[in-house]
Amino acid sequence: MELDYINLASAKAKGQRPYFFDDPAVERVLNITMAVAGELAVMHERLDTIERLLEYKGLLSRNEIDAFVPDDTAAEQRQRWHAEYIARILRIVQQEMEALAHPELNQDVAEIAEQMASM
Amino acid sequence: MSSQLPPVWSKIARHEMLPETTHDERARFNFLANLNKFLSASVSPGNKIAYERRVRPRFKQQHGRDFQTRDEVRQAMKTDPHYQTWSALRRSAMEMRQQAGRSLTLRQAYVLAAKAQQLSARQPHTLRLDPSVKPPPYLAAVDNHLMPGSYHTELIEGDVSAAANYDAGLFVTTGGMLGRLNDGGGKAIAKWLRETHPDFQPKHILDIGCGLGHNVLPIAQAYPNAKVIAIDTGAPMLRYGHARAQALGVHNVVFMQMDAAKTTFEDESFDWIQTTMFLHETAGKAIYDIMREIHRLLKPGGLTLHIEQPQYTPDMDLYEQFIRDWDAFYNNEPFWSKMHDIDPLELMTSAGFKAEHFMQIGVRAVNDLDDGKAKTDEPEDHGRTPVWNVFGAWKK
Repeated sequence: MELDYINLASAKAKGQRPYFFDDPAVERVLNITMAVAGELAVMHERLDTIERLLEYKGLLSRNEIDAFVPDDTAAEQRQRWHAEYIARILRIVQQEMEALAHPELNQDVAEIAEQMASM
Repeated sequence: MSSQLPPVWSKIARHEMLPETTHDERARFNFLANLNKFLSASVSPGNKIAYERRVRPRFKQQHGRDFQTRDEVRQAMKTDPHYQTWSALRRSAMEMRQQAGRSLTLRQAYVLAAKAQQLSARQPHTLRLDPSVKPPPYLAAVDNHLMPGSYHTELIEGDVSAAANYDAGLFVTTGGMLGRLNDGGGKAIAKWLRETHPDFQPKHILDIGCGLGHNVLPIAQAYPNAKVIAIDTGAPMLRYGHARAQALGVHNVVFMQMDAAKTTFEDESFDWIQTTMFLHETAGKAIYDIMREIHRLLKPGGLTLHIEQPQYTPDMDLYEQFIRDWDAFYNNEPFWSKMHDIDPLELMTSAGFKAEHFMQIGVRAVNDLDDGKAKTDEPEDHGRTPVWNVFGAWKK
């Protein structure tokens, strides 16, 4: 027998939840963002542990990490990773810009549905 | 660094009942302790600035007068963007702390229940559960400090997970300010009593609303020859607390499931009756019932003491009242506000204590993690900083 601990861990406390911003959607996004920020901190601490363990075991020194300069191939691969990462995170901003630039490709889908009848 | 860093979670004192944690679970707690610290030390001071520079002037302009109640302050502050941001982040931090604690305790709920049973078996007669005791209505109405299921919910047989979550997470919420065993309150009051009243040697001590017993153990250790009884209505807290006491080698405490307003003890059973951060989790009528019960249970010459955050008094600045009141509304502590409005002298005398035997003192947590480097000018985490008001009375 096992508890559904994933679901139970995130359970709501009894009592209505207050929302502080005028638009609850802002608060929803803030809460998700803070949870992600937390997980990034967890990942950072894990990486820090790995670096320190590697140093204790004499496999590398943390100075080497700080002094590391990528060669051209590595540099290109890493910059490409950053570019992809940022575009992925800011997807919605890009899409809102596209909508602005191409109104003809931004028709209301309910309208399209109406038009479907005669298509 | 504008303020002292909170201790890493791994500084918490280990004992056999403490839940196992993975690297990432500890890291999550470290993130949350730092988030709390940042919010209290770096973001909350902005509330005072917003209050003075825009909220208060606007109110004065609109009403032709200054604020008269803390509720007016709260209603006005609710529209301030900085206060909204701080509040939303603080609420979020509290919810994340519950999630983090529950995710690690619930995944090992069965193991923890078995461990508690094993440890309790070393001294089974000092744990007395009574399934007929139900959580009082004020505890059943809301989950205090956003703890889903509160103190009493049992998800499995012999459940201790609510207490394990509380034990692991309190260190995070308070940023380690209560010490490695979160027992700074009990240590402080025992130290004060021993130093101030060295001749007072209580033989029978009652701790009401003991929770998982982190404040009663230092009291029992300070008076090792005393018979100590710790009561609470939450079975998970008592099971865990009893097992934890065995793990820590404290054997003179009996954990009993009982409602403080209607105990089964005889008149004049105790020399000292203690509550620590308990009364604000009761209710308007119950607090008077409990105080009358305390008066009944105390022996002549006995003492009762109650540790709480500072009471709101007419001379306390309205902003300070308002900011101290945040937990009442937004951290599910619904009696917090009204409790801190009560005049402790009136509470005690109405229960039968005499005004001339009333006392009120200030006490600060005894923290074994305190390296003396804490800055005195550090912003206070209102409602959380362990600088307490203690009130009580001798029964004479």
